[in-house]
Amino acid sequence: MRGMLGEYLPIALLAGLALLFAVGSLAASALLRPSRPTPAKLAPYECGIEPVRLPAGERFSVRFYLVAMLFIIFDVEVIFLFPWAVAFRELGLFGLVEMAVFLALVLVAYVYVWRGGGLDWSAEGPRPRATHERAREVVRAG
Amino acid sequence: MTAQEYAFSVLALLGVVAAVRVVTARNVVHAALYLVATLASVGAAYLLLGAEFVGWVQILIYVGAIVILFLFGLMLTRAPIGREALDNPGRLVPALIALAVLAGLVGLLLGAFGWGDPRVELAHAPTGVVGESLFRRYVLPFEAVSFVLLAALIGAIVLSRKDEP
Amino acid sequence: MDLLDWALLLGRVAVVFAGLLVTVMLLIWMERKVIADMQTRMGPMRAGPRGVLITLADGIKLFFKEGIVPAEADRPVYLIAPVIAMLPAFLAFAVIPFGTSVTLFGREVPFQLADPSIGILWVLAMASLGVYGIVLAGWSSGSNYPLLGAVRSSAQIISYEIGMSLALVAVLMYSGSLRLSEIVEAQARVWNVIPQFPAFVVYLIAGLAETNRPPFDLPEAESELVAGFHTEYSGIRFALFYLGEYVNTVTVASVAVTLFLGGWRGPAPDVLPWVWPLLWFLAKVLAVVYGYVWVRATLPRIRFDRLMAFGWKVLIPFGLVWVLLTGAIVVLPDVYGRGPVVAGAAVVFGALVLASVAAPLLRPRPAAEVGR
Repeated sequence: MRGMLGEYLPIALLAGLALLFAVGSLAASALLRPSRPTPAKLAPYECGIEPVRLPAGERFSVRFYLVAMLFIIFDVEVIFLFPWAVAFRELGLFGLVEMAVFLALVLVAYVYVWRGGGLDWSAEGPRPRATHERAREVVRAG
Repeated sequence: MTAQEYAFSVLALLGVVAAVRVVTARNVVHAALYLVATLASVGAAYLLLGAEFVGWVQILIYVGAIVILFLFGLMLTRAPIGREALDNPGRLVPALIALAVLAGLVGLLLGAFGWGDPRVELAHAPTGVVGESLFRRYVLPFEAVSFVLLAALIGAIVLSRKDEP
Repeated sequence: MDLLDWALLLGRVAVVFAGLLVTVMLLIWMERKVIADMQTRMGPMRAGPRGVLITLADGIKLFFKEGIVPAEADRPVYLIAPVIAMLPAFLAFAVIPFGTSVTLFGREVPFQLADPSIGILWVLAMASLGVYGIVLAGWSSGSNYPLLGAVRSSAQIISYEIGMSLALVAVLMYSGSLRLSEIVEAQARVWNVIPQFPAFVVYLIAGLAETNRPPFDLPEAESELVAGFHTEYSGIRFALFYLGEYVNTVTVASVAVTLFLGGWRGPAPDVLPWVWPLLWFLAKVLAVVYGYVWVRATLPRIRFDRLMAFGWKVLIPFGLVWVLLTGAIVVLPDVYGRGPVVAGAAVVFGALVLASVAAPLLRPRPAAEVGR
């Protein structure tokens, strides 16, 4: 127990030193540097044009959100791989099959996401399949 | 008290204070950052209990992934850039719900351990041991997790899809 | 622990910290020189012999520059974001074994700050915390370009984190331990790069993306996003971001060396037994970093949609398949003997080749072709 937590002592010291360095250099610089703020200087950087806020409604493509959700799911999946990877020699074939079943199910989900266009980042939009199907309907109707 | 108990007390206090700030902060992004502190204190508590693997997984998943998702969600929708505050006027109902949940949890813990000294034998569980027990004794729950993940993934896709006329 | 132990511990921590700072200083100079050389320029020449002190000069300049806090900024978050960006990079290095050990005043001083039993997980956890510096800097600046840059950048980093984790898992299966010293130990005979070459490639690519290095430097795509998440940062605050980024590069290269290239291992003469491992480690890290610089000089910046597509559609499935394949390679010969396994592997390989040929044929045709 003590040995395990003892391993974190040098890490804590390093964190302290790095923090000291960062805060110290920030503070020292604050004392030594000039400070002459003007309204123009403090305005958001917009390459010279008047700063405009991005539209308040949908600011970003929803795909960013989707990526974060996919990331959580895959992260959880990968976390299960870690204890498995350490123990899988003892688990033998059983462990391998177990993990294969687990990954196969995730693979189903993965294929679903891929087919649903969740992994597509092309400029046309998040649903190239939907667009594709719409195009087909248009062609049929016309 | 042992050094460990002192450390735990400090951590618990930090966690509780941060948790209170999560709900009282007027800026959603600040609230998310306080949530990071709360979750990290839970991770540190695992670490103190000798559950090294679980402790870092807590940091990796909750702090490194789930709060990032929250921040993404905030930025995606109406996250106030900079100093604007975004506050929720409805306070009473969530506060009551939270109190009820807290009472339930405290009751549960008291039921399990009583008022006595709930001293548990602490032992460092190496990752290999976690793996052995996870993949030998808890095979079915483990495989069930993949179904949960599957459902979550499908849910994510459905949610992110916009239904256009 | 007595006083001497504490002194040695503090000394170790201070040496590692200072060593990282000096390494970063030289690394930035080296990168500029190598790139200049590849573009037949001279690169920095003024500060110090052949410009070796250029980073120091830049640092001093930034130190005395005015620090602007934009009017719209969220002040507390804006001020701590550079520190948050810098810290995890340093902390991740704490678990890297960069040599064997040396005996000082009768005590053994290991060349590794800490060796927790979850070593690799620590590296991953620090990598995942690194995203915070970017997200918070981008959000708190109160400006559009940083916000866009931060969202884009964090999406990139979290996407490639999974590929990186998968590469690490494959190594773990070979070494059977998360402890980095034991992983180096397990490479006494063969470096992991030989049996785990695909994982090595996945790791190197993911490492480029994790550190926002070219060709994955989209967060700082100056033609679209000005300077990405740190657009509004100036002076010493910007310097801290810069420092963190390069420490991260050193850490990613060190992890690559530790996991795949045998760590500090290498042939050494019998004099001064503690120097050679250290030199081997530094030489290997230098080689990996040189590779990264070479890539920067060679490849143009990749487009964002292709970056995401590559991460999700190539790196992750490849990593998953490789993990299972590694498992099969390790476990199956024990169960069935070598012959049948080799035959089975041939069948699987054939199926994979077939699938890769068939996949383009099964893809839905683009909308433009439908009408024909």
